[in-house]
Amino acid sequence: MSTLNIAIIFPFIAAIVIPFLYNKIRKLHIGWFAMLVSFVLFIYFARYVPRIANGETFANTINWIPSYGINFTAYLDGLSLILALLITGVGTLVILYSIFYLSSKESLGRFYTYLLFFMGAMLGVVLSDNIMVLYVFWELTSISSFLLIAFWYQRKRSRDGAKKSLLITVSGGFGMLIGFIMLYIMTGTWSIREIISMAGSFTDHALFIPAMLLLLLGAFTKSAQFPFHIWLPDAMEAPTPVSAYLHSATMVKAGIYLVARFTPIFGGESIWFWLVTGVGLLTLFWGSFSAVRQTDLKAMLAYSTVSQLGMIMSMFGIGSAALHFGNSTVSVVYTQATFAALFHLVNHSTFKGALFMVVGIVDHEVGTRDLRRLGGLVTLMPITFTIAMIGSFSMAGLPPFNGFLSKEMFFTAVLTIGEAGIFSLDTWGTLLPVIAWVASIFTFVYSMIIVFQTFFGPYKEERLEHPAHEPPVGMLIAPGILALLVIGIFFFPNVLGDYILTPAMMGIFPSLPAADLSVPISAWHGFRSMELWMTIGVIIFGFALYKTRKKWAFVYKLFPEKWSFNSFYSYSLEKLEEHSTTITNSYMTGYLRDYMVYIYLFFIVAIGGTIIYTGVYAFDISGNSSVSEFEWILVLVMIIAGISVLFAKSRLTAILLNSILGYGVATFFVIFRAPDLALTQIIVETVTTVLFLVAYYFLPEWKKEDVPRKSRNVNLIISISVGIVFTVIALTVQSGKLFESISGYFENSYELAGGKNIVNSILGDFRAFDTMLEVVVLLIAGIGVYSIIKLKAKKEDESVEDQ
Amino acid sequence: METLITILAGVLVTVATYLILSKSLIRVILGTAILSHAAHLLIMSMGSGLKNGSVPILDEGIGPPVDALPQALILTSIVISFAVTALSLVLAYRTYQETGTDKLDELRGIKHE
Amino acid sequence: MKINNVILQTVAKIVAFIILTLAVYLFLSGHNSPGGGFIGGLVLASALVLLFVVYDIEKVKNAIPVDFKKLAAFGAFLSVGTGFGSLLFGAPFLSQSFAYFDLPFFGKTELTTVTIFEAGVALVVVGVVVTIILSISEDV
Repeated sequence: MSTLNIAIIFPFIAAIVIPFLYNKIRKLHIGWFAMLVSFVLFIYFARYVPRIANGETFANTINWIPSYGINFTAYLDGLSLILALLITGVGTLVILYSIFYLSSKESLGRFYTYLLFFMGAMLGVVLSDNIMVLYVFWELTSISSFLLIAFWYQRKRSRDGAKKSLLITVSGGFGMLIGFIMLYIMTGTWSIREIISMAGSFTDHALFIPAMLLLLLGAFTKSAQFPFHIWLPDAMEAPTPVSAYLHSATMVKAGIYLVARFTPIFGGESIWFWLVTGVGLLTLFWGSFSAVRQTDLKAMLAYSTVSQLGMIMSMFGIGSAALHFGNSTVSVVYTQATFAALFHLVNHSTFKGALFMVVGIVDHEVGTRDLRRLGGLVTLMPITFTIAMIGSFSMAGLPPFNGFLSKEMFFTAVLTIGEAGIFSLDTWGTLLPVIAWVASIFTFVYSMIIVFQTFFGPYKEERLEHPAHEPPVGMLIAPGILALLVIGIFFFPNVLGDYILTPAMMGIFPSLPAADLSVPISAWHGFRSMELWMTIGVIIFGFALYKTRKKWAFVYKLFPEKWSFNSFYSYSLEKLEEHSTTITNSYMTGYLRDYMVYIYLFFIVAIGGTIIYTGVYAFDISGNSSVSEFEWILVLVMIIAGISVLFAKSRLTAILLNSILGYGVATFFVIFRAPDLALTQIIVETVTTVLFLVAYYFLPEWKKEDVPRKSRNVNLIISISVGIVFTVIALTVQSGKLFESISGYFENSYELAGGKNIVNSILGDFRAFDTMLEVVVLLIAGIGVYSIIKLKAKKEDESVEDQ
Repeated sequence: METLITILAGVLVTVATYLILSKSLIRVILGTAILSHAAHLLIMSMGSGLKNGSVPILDEGIGPPVDALPQALILTSIVISFAVTALSLVLAYRTYQETGTDKLDELRGIKHE
Repeated sequence: MKINNVILQTVAKIVAFIILTLAVYLFLSGHNSPGGGFIGGLVLASALVLLFVVYDIEKVKNAIPVDFKKLAAFGAFLSVGTGFGSLLFGAPFLSQSFAYFDLPFFGKTELTTVTIFEAGVALVVVGVVVTIILSISEDV
C-alpha cells in the first residue's frame, strides 16, 4: 500500500478519531490536532515537489472492485500536486485561523470532523485516477460541504444555503456520473490516464459530445459557474473559516480541476472551447457586476469568487485551443492561457483566502459585516487593514501583488486568441477582450469598495455591535502568511512557475513537448504592450465608476428580482414541494386500510392478471397423498373456526378461535411428520394466547364493525379475490415442478453435520446464518417491546422548532 | 391432501385479508396472526409430498424421511411471527394508552385539509 | 396483584420443575431427536411464565434474580460469537464442527459447536419471551 493512498485516507481516519479525542481532551483546543494532520499532509506533498518538477509521476493501486475495473488508484502528477498543496496548505492556515475564530462553546468536535472529512474527500478528488472513485470522492465533498455550511443548523438560512448547494452540486454530480459512464462505454476503461492515452480516437463516437456536456455540467455546478453560481452566495452562511477554505480555495476549484484534467480528452473541440471560455467569461462578468451591488462584505466576496472562478475557467477554455493545432509551434502560444489559469488558481487561493479571513476578523471583532455600518477602521485595525489592502489590490490586478501578473497574462490570453482563426473566432474574437476588460473594471470597483468602505470614511461606533480593535494575534497569522505569499509570488513568480506550474502543464498537455510549456512570468511588458494599457484603463475607469457608483446604481434595478436564477430556483423548489405534497397527500391518506387496499389491488391485478394472461394455471391432484376422515374433519373445523372469527361477538371468542387455528396447525404438523414444528407451534400458540389475553385485558372492548356497507363490500371482494389468487398460485406451483427439490442434500445431515435431526441440522448448521439473524430479530423485537412500554415521553418534552 | 391444505390456507388468507382491511387495530393484528398460520400451511404443502415418508430424524428402522426443508423454514417463521405479533400487540396497546383509541381512521398522523 | 391459591401454587411448584427438566432434555436432545434451542428455550420460558402467573411477579423475581434482557442479549452475543469463532480456525463464518469423544461416564459422546450456538438461541428465546410477558404485565 503506497503512502499516496494512505494520504487520502489519513484525514478520514483523523476525522473519525476527533470526536473521541474531543470528549477526552477538553483543555486543549481540538483544532490543533486537526491542524497537525493537515500540516503533516502538506509537508508530505511538499516533499514531492522536486521529483514532480523533474517530470516524474507517481501512481499506486489498491484493488477495490477489480472485476469491474474499479480500483482505488492514487495518481500524483503536477496538476494533482498543485491542488493537493492548496488543499493541505490553505487547510492548515484555515484551521489555524479557525482555532481563534470559533469559540470553544461551539461543537468543535463536529466541526473538525467535517473539515477533515472534507479534506480527505478533496484529496481523493484530485488524486484519483479512476473516474468512478473520483466520482465517489466528488460526492463526498458535496456532502461534507453540506454539513459544513449547515454547521449552525439552528439558523434557517444556514439550512437553506446548505440545501441549495447540495441540490445544485449533487445534481451536477449525477450528470457527471452519466458522463463518466459514457466515457467508459467509449473507451472501456475507468482510468483517466488510459482515457487520455486514447484521446482523439473516439471523437466521432455518438456519445462524445453528450459525455462532454455532462462532464461540464458537473464542473460548472461545482465551480459555481453561471447560471449555477447561485448556490455560492447562499453558502456564505457557513462559518467564515469554512467559506475561506471551501468556497474560495478548494471545493470550488474541484470543477476547475476537472476541466483541466479532461482538457487533453476534450480540448481542441470547438464546443468545449466555446462552452468553457464563454461560460467562464459570462461568469466573470456577471459575478463582478453583481458583486458591486452587495452590501454584505461576505456576499461581495462570494460574488467575487464566482467571478474569479469564471476567469480561471475561461483561461482553461482558451488554453484548450492549443490542442486544436496538435503538436506544433503554433499551439504553444495558446498554452500560455492555461499556464495563466494555473497561476491565477494559486494566486486566487492566496488573496481570496486572506480576504475571507479579514472579513471574518471584521465580523468577529465588530459584530457586523454590513458595508453600510462599517467604516473608519483603518486606525483601529491597522494590521487587518494592511492584509485587506494587499488582498484587494491583488484581486484588482494592481502591482506589486501576484494578481497583477496573472491578470496581465489573462489579458494576453484573450488578446492572442482573437488571432487564432479557428472556431469562428474571426467574428467573435474581438468580443472576448472587451468582456474581460469590462469585467475587470467591476472587479476593480468592488476591490476598492472592500478596502475603502470598510476601513476609511467616518467611524460609526454606535452602529457596530462591539467597538473595533485588533483581533488576537493568532487570527492574524494565517491571513498574514497568505498576504506575504501574495507579495512574494509577485517578486519571485518564476520559482512557482518552474517548480509547480510547469509540471502541472505537462499533466494537462501530455502530447506537447515539455520544454515549450514553461512560460517565464514577467511583470513588465514594455510601454508598447496592450496589456499595460488595458490595466491602466481598468484603473482609470474603475476609479471613475467607484466614485460615481451611487449615480449608476440604478442599472441593477433594470433586472427585476423576479427574473433572476435565484428566484427561479426558489420558485421551482417551492412548486416542486407543493405539487409533490398534493400528489402524495392524495393517496397517502394515513389510513392503514387504504395502504393495504393498494397493496392487495396491486397483488390481484399484477399476479392474478399474469396468471390469466399467461394461462399457466393448472391443477393436478394426482400426486396428492391420501386424506383420512380425521383430516377432513380437522380441515372443516379450521375453516369454520377461521370464518367464525369474522363473526365473533366478543374478543375472547376471537382469541380462542385463533388458538383453535393455531392448535389445528400444530395437529397438522404432527400428521405431516414434523415433531419439532408441532412442539414449537403448541408452545408458541400457548404463549401467544397468553399475550393476547394480557394485551386485550387493557385494550378496548371488541366492538361490532361500524364500517359503511360500501367499503365493507369492497373489503369482502378484495379478500375473496386475494384468497382465490393465492389458492390458484399455490395449486399451480404444486402441480408443475420446474426443478428438482434440493432437500435431498440435507438428508445427509448425519455425515455432514453430525446430527440425526435433519430439521435442527438445517437450522443450526446448514443455514445457521438465517438462524443467527432470526435470533437477532427476536432480540430486537424483545428490546422493542420493552422500550415501547418502559420509555414514555414526558408531556413537557415537546419538540421545539427553532427560528 | 396438498390440495385440501392449500384450499384451507386460501380460506385463512381470505379471512386474514378481511381482518387486516378492517378499522380496528386489534382485528388487524389478529389478521396477521392468522395470515402466518396460512403461510405455514402453504410452505408445508410445498414440500415434496406430505406424509410421504417418516419423521425427518435419521435412525435405524425408519424409512426415508419426509421433506425437511419446509419444516426448517417454518420453524424459523413460527418464532419470527411470534415476535411480530408480540411487537404489534404492544404497539397497539401503547397507542391505545396514548391516544385513547384503536380505530385506525382516527389514528391518521397527518391532518388533512 | 396477590393471588392466594394454595392448590395452584403447590401444583405449579412441581409442574414447573417437570417442565424445566423437560426443557433441558429437549434442548440437549435437539441434535438427534426432536428438540433443540428454540423448543428448549420456549419450554423453559413457558415454565417461567407459569411461575409468573401463579405467584406474583415480585416473588419470582426475587427467587430468580436474572435480568432477562441481559440474558437475551448474552444469548444473541453467544450465537453471533460462535459464528466468529469459526473464523479463528480459518473456516467460513458460522461453520460448525463436531467430533466424537469417549467420555468416562457417558460413553461415546458427540460434542458439537452447534450446541453452543443453540444455547445462545435458547437464551435469546427465554430472555425475549419473558421480557415481553413481564413488560406487558408489569405496566398496569
